[in-house]
Amino acid sequence: MTETARSIKQSGVATGGWYQFVTRHRASIVAAVILVFPLVMPFTALAVNILIYGLYALGFNLVFGYLGLLSFGHAALFGTGAYLCGISIVHFGWPWYAAIAAGVAGGLLMALLIGVLAIRTRGIYFAMVTMALSQCVYYLFYQAVDLTGGENGLRGINVRTIDLFGLQIDFINPMIRYYVIAAFVIAAFFVMSRILASPFGAVIEAVRENEMRARASGYDVTLTRLLTFVLSGAFCGLAGALQALHLSIVPIEILHYETSGLVVMIALLGGMGTFFGPMIGAAVFLVLENVVSVWTVHWQLIVGGIFIACVLFFPAGIWGTLIARSRR
Amino acid sequence: MTATAGQANEIILRTRGVGKTFGKFVALNNISAEFSRGAVTSIIGPNGAGKSTYFNLLCGAFPPTKGSIEFDGRDVTGLPQHRFAHMGIAKSFQITSVFPQLTTRENIRVGLQALVSRYDIWRPRARLTELIERADELLALVGLWESRERAAKTLAHGEQRALEIGMALASQPRLLLLDEPTAGMSPEETRTMMDLIVKLARERTVILVEHKMKLVLGISDRILVLHHGELLAEGTPQEVRQNEAVKRVYLGQREH
Repeated sequence: MTETARSIKQSGVATGGWYQFVTRHRASIVAAVILVFPLVMPFTALAVNILIYGLYALGFNLVFGYLGLLSFGHAALFGTGAYLCGISIVHFGWPWYAAIAAGVAGGLLMALLIGVLAIRTRGIYFAMVTMALSQCVYYLFYQAVDLTGGENGLRGINVRTIDLFGLQIDFINPMIRYYVIAAFVIAAFFVMSRILASPFGAVIEAVRENEMRARASGYDVTLTRLLTFVLSGAFCGLAGALQALHLSIVPIEILHYETSGLVVMIALLGGMGTFFGPMIGAAVFLVLENVVSVWTVHWQLIVGGIFIACVLFFPAGIWGTLIARSRR
Repeated sequence: MTATAGQANEIILRTRGVGKTFGKFVALNNISAEFSRGAVTSIIGPNGAGKSTYFNLLCGAFPPTKGSIEFDGRDVTGLPQHRFAHMGIAKSFQITSVFPQLTTRENIRVGLQALVSRYDIWRPRARLTELIERADELLALVGLWESRERAAKTLAHGEQRALEIGMALASQPRLLLLDEPTAGMSPEETRTMMDLIVKLARERTVILVEHKMKLVLGISDRILVLHHGELLAEGTPQEVRQNEAVKRVYLGQREH
């Protein structure tokens, strides 16, 4: 590979310094951090939550940060993944890996459905249409009591052991559970890194940067948007499926618009359109929530205040601000 | 007529009675024109003559309200714009239009990639080394080699215009459409740009939309003059300059 080829390997966005090194090994760095992460966390359940919401934000960020569309309906993708994974186990007795696959497929198909209806709108209209459609999905699952448990949520997703080619893994043990989930999350980060470095990854950014120019260059902007949204759905579906396995229950609140809003906050906090932003955002947000809620029941007031301060003073997010500093 | 002579005179683009209305406003009315392969054809006219509307029809930005457009003997009326690009029609915008946060080189590389790979989500794009090499050639051609690693938004206005032409060339167009490529440029930048266009026109068919008649007289093979959405005159620069109707339109308003 020529020097030139190497320098644009991961991204065509102008950067410099240490950032080049970090970008080249971004997925490996995430993997390394995830592997040692539970050692520095107060308890593993929090670490698992951070992984799952980090993955959810990773999928969301593909649409929000890289494609440049603000979706306010990603709860539908996350929630559908969780429900389909749970339903496959509770009602059909599927093995864990098939249930995860069902979750991914669920997120993907739901994204296709919502995408087809919403993708031609822009800006605030896209946010409104996706939000409205995700509310429809909420009521759909809310009403289908026989399958989803309705208001009570879907209970009884009991996966005690995971059978890996004859090897029985104890899924009850929190640390083992963490590493099983981490394996999927790390794989997802590698896949995402690959997508972003692919030719299609360049098209996604080109469409964000200048839709008219992309069209004149010969790209089908609408189809590019739809495919990106569907890819995002697969990642969010996986996150949802892992959430169902982790919690052993799918609460109906997973489809609530608050879940859509949460991922917007996480992505903004970490840095939209950056590779590490979603994971950093999830870690900061959830740790903050955890620490502050021990002190006071009004934790949302304090976390909200910190969030507002961050958006006002570091609009590029934590990771985005670090990158910007490095370029000076 | 021999085959070679036939080829030389071949018509690459033809519009038959095209018109465009926006609501009740008639922007363009019944324009029939032919564009020869390998020639430089300029479309001129005062403000509001319908030049940009005509240009947008030719590059497929929107379909005509009536009439038809034929490219290379094929009816292309109503096709989406990205299909125009695939057929080999490239355009530059009147208002500078680049990918601002991407590097200069990536801007051109993305333009090149559109012909090779649009939906591949798996292969690393750095493997498409021929695209990078070709991008570097184009950077040199439009004089931006020095700025290749800079974000496009940090380039000077004239450089961004040059970058845009580089991007238009990236698709190896059989027809290059330029919409007021010198708009907002300093006299020096304008000269550089006109030199570049002359260089490009040696190997390509170029259609140029321009507000300033003086700029295109020297470089055009044919000139179309639009006025109030109608085709006022057409011919060689010499013929157009002597045309009484054209003189009347350009009279009174100082030629800029």
